[in-house]
Amino acid sequence: MLDSLPLILSFLMAGVPPTVLATVGGIALTVVLSAVAGLALVSRHRAVRAVSRVYVEFFRGTSEVVQLFWIFFVLPALVGYQIIPLGAGILVLGLNHGAYGAEIVRGAVRAVPRAQHEGAVALSLSPWDRMRRVVLPQAVVEMLPPFTNLFIQLLKSTALLSLVVVDEVVRRGQLLVPNLGVGEKLTIYLVELVIYLVLALLITAGMRLLERRAAARVGRVPATGVAT
Amino acid sequence: MTGGWDWAYAVEILPALWRGLQVTLLATLLGSLLAFGLGLVFAVVQRNRVAVLHRVVWAFVQFWRSTPLLVQAYVIYQVLPDVGITLGSLAAGVLALGLHYACYTSEVYRAGIEAVPPGQWEAAAALSLPRSRVWLAVVLPQAVPRVLPALGNYVISMFKEVPLLLAIGLVEVVTVARQLSAESFRPVEPLTLAGILFLLISYPASVVVRRLERRTGAR
Amino acid sequence: MPAEPMIVFEGVHKRFGDSVVLSDLDLAVDPGEHVTLIGPSGSGKTTILRLLMCLERVDAGTIRVGGRYLSHMHRRGELVPADEKHSRDVRRRIGMVFQQFNLFPNMSVLGNLIEAPTRVLGLSRAEATERAAELLDMVGLAEKIDEHPARLSGGQQQRVAIARALAMRPDVLLLDEITSALDPELVAGVLRLLRRIGDTTDITILCVTHEIGFARDFSDRVLMLDGGRVIEDGPPDQLLREPRQPRTKEFLAAVLEGR
Repeated sequence: MLDSLPLILSFLMAGVPPTVLATVGGIALTVVLSAVAGLALVSRHRAVRAVSRVYVEFFRGTSEVVQLFWIFFVLPALVGYQIIPLGAGILVLGLNHGAYGAEIVRGAVRAVPRAQHEGAVALSLSPWDRMRRVVLPQAVVEMLPPFTNLFIQLLKSTALLSLVVVDEVVRRGQLLVPNLGVGEKLTIYLVELVIYLVLALLITAGMRLLERRAAARVGRVPATGVAT
Repeated sequence: MTGGWDWAYAVEILPALWRGLQVTLLATLLGSLLAFGLGLVFAVVQRNRVAVLHRVVWAFVQFWRSTPLLVQAYVIYQVLPDVGITLGSLAAGVLALGLHYACYTSEVYRAGIEAVPPGQWEAAAALSLPRSRVWLAVVLPQAVPRVLPALGNYVISMFKEVPLLLAIGLVEVVTVARQLSAESFRPVEPLTLAGILFLLISYPASVVVRRLERRTGAR
Repeated sequence: MPAEPMIVFEGVHKRFGDSVVLSDLDLAVDPGEHVTLIGPSGSGKTTILRLLMCLERVDAGTIRVGGRYLSHMHRRGELVPADEKHSRDVRRRIGMVFQQFNLFPNMSVLGNLIEAPTRVLGLSRAEATERAAELLDMVGLAEKIDEHPARLSGGQQQRVAIARALAMRPDVLLLDEITSALDPELVAGVLRLLRRIGDTTDITILCVTHEIGFARDFSDRVLMLDGGRVIEDGPPDQLLREPRQPRTKEFLAAVLEGR
């Protein structure tokens, strides 16, 4: 069984770049959408809140697999144009996790004590300065741990891209399974799981670094605890 | 051309989609029950004093929740038969869901258990209650109601993840939608309706959970 | 007496849900005057400060600061409720120090002191820093300029908060129970600082406190509030030593007994 391990490893590792690309691209889009939609959710304008709320509930309410298939199969039928699978994947990962991230941003902004808003009001800071200079820097500290979890969810979701034939880790595993002996299946899947575990640990480590920095900026010791 | 929306076709396929959705709901229900039970076991074991056991469970939980459910489903559906355990799509899917989500529910229970004031444990000890009674009569009745909203949220998440079990041949609603669009060459109606069905169930469910959250949070 | 008081409340009503907090309140404070508000909790003292800071809005009546409407504004010859921009403009002349300090934890002490002067008053960083250093020197915390607020004691945080309010060069300073959250041994230092500010500036100060001793030698006038109205108004020596109203007598007795 171990004879084929090098082969399995090299074959699956070739799927890591697409997986990483989808994860990084998805995270980038998630961060942007979370910030925009999250701040829109705490806007003073009702219409802005409503638009953002529709986005959030729509993407949280429909299944990610459905969203992926919809963009992959339905959209081309409607607009006559096919997005490349990896691009479609990143789009869905970002739109879906951005909706969850928006709620994180909203919750963290609202968790900043009222007294901090009032302190900023008492100094006559404008609403925009209050948000940007006082509330957001404090809210970011609260956001980072849940965002770590969200990014790991996103990493796991990249496996779904194998269903729309993106050549990532799981897809390559599926190509390998029928071509190797019966006993090799477990090895293939274990290698896959370990690849995801390592990527998840990398995300966690990177986010811990950010957490520590953000916590130091507000003069706090970072909370300890397991976040995966 | 396959573009545009065909109402007649949409109405025609609704019964088939509904049958698929019933499978999705069944998998969610069974998966939830497994996740609730198994998660509780994981949580209680992690409070246990047997250090080895508690570490093994902790490591498994961290590992299993960091890796994709899809791969786990493949392992259960394709690898277990090699050791003589052959499961159908539904059974394998439910096992995959239950095991994966037990890793989340165990953390939820753990937080709930830790939120029970230490004085409760001490009072139970002072009354010389046997260990099982401490858990069943004192700790869990206080911990579980508090965590119900969090558990509810995981049920909704699970519901939306059932479609990925199409990869192991479960004929749930998205599989039905894919089959329908393959037969008719019309992907628009089946997949759009599948999405709407998910929204119709998960949105009201999340409103209920949020209300529950507010109630338990207010206490 | 000057023609226009610094602060004027006319017929102000304020309710939260079913409970009336201020009812038909009239109030005038002259420029440079030090006025202390006392009264049982729920009597509306803090609400008066919060209305001045536009943290709450009046339900009826008007508030003027330095001759300008705070709660309202003129638009096409009519008096309409103030919008955010107008309130911010008038409020610029008012500083407030809070019970819980409300320092910004994401900024250093210096950052807290220069944030508003640079962004609201448009001072350069250098000017604002110079002024901040002077103020910190005055409150006795010059060496803490680069420290994090979280690393300061409560008394030190409150002195930074006072410096932060003064950095805006306010005409009016509102003090909301600023010693209530402090350990007893730290109270004296903060009160000493306030006395010095009172003696060396002509800032109008409106102060809510339970420190009766401080109220006696700091204020020009004491107002006793109860049920959303001013029920007694007089110089501290008279009001605090020989109150006329039975409610004032009861309140003072309760406060002194509680110590």
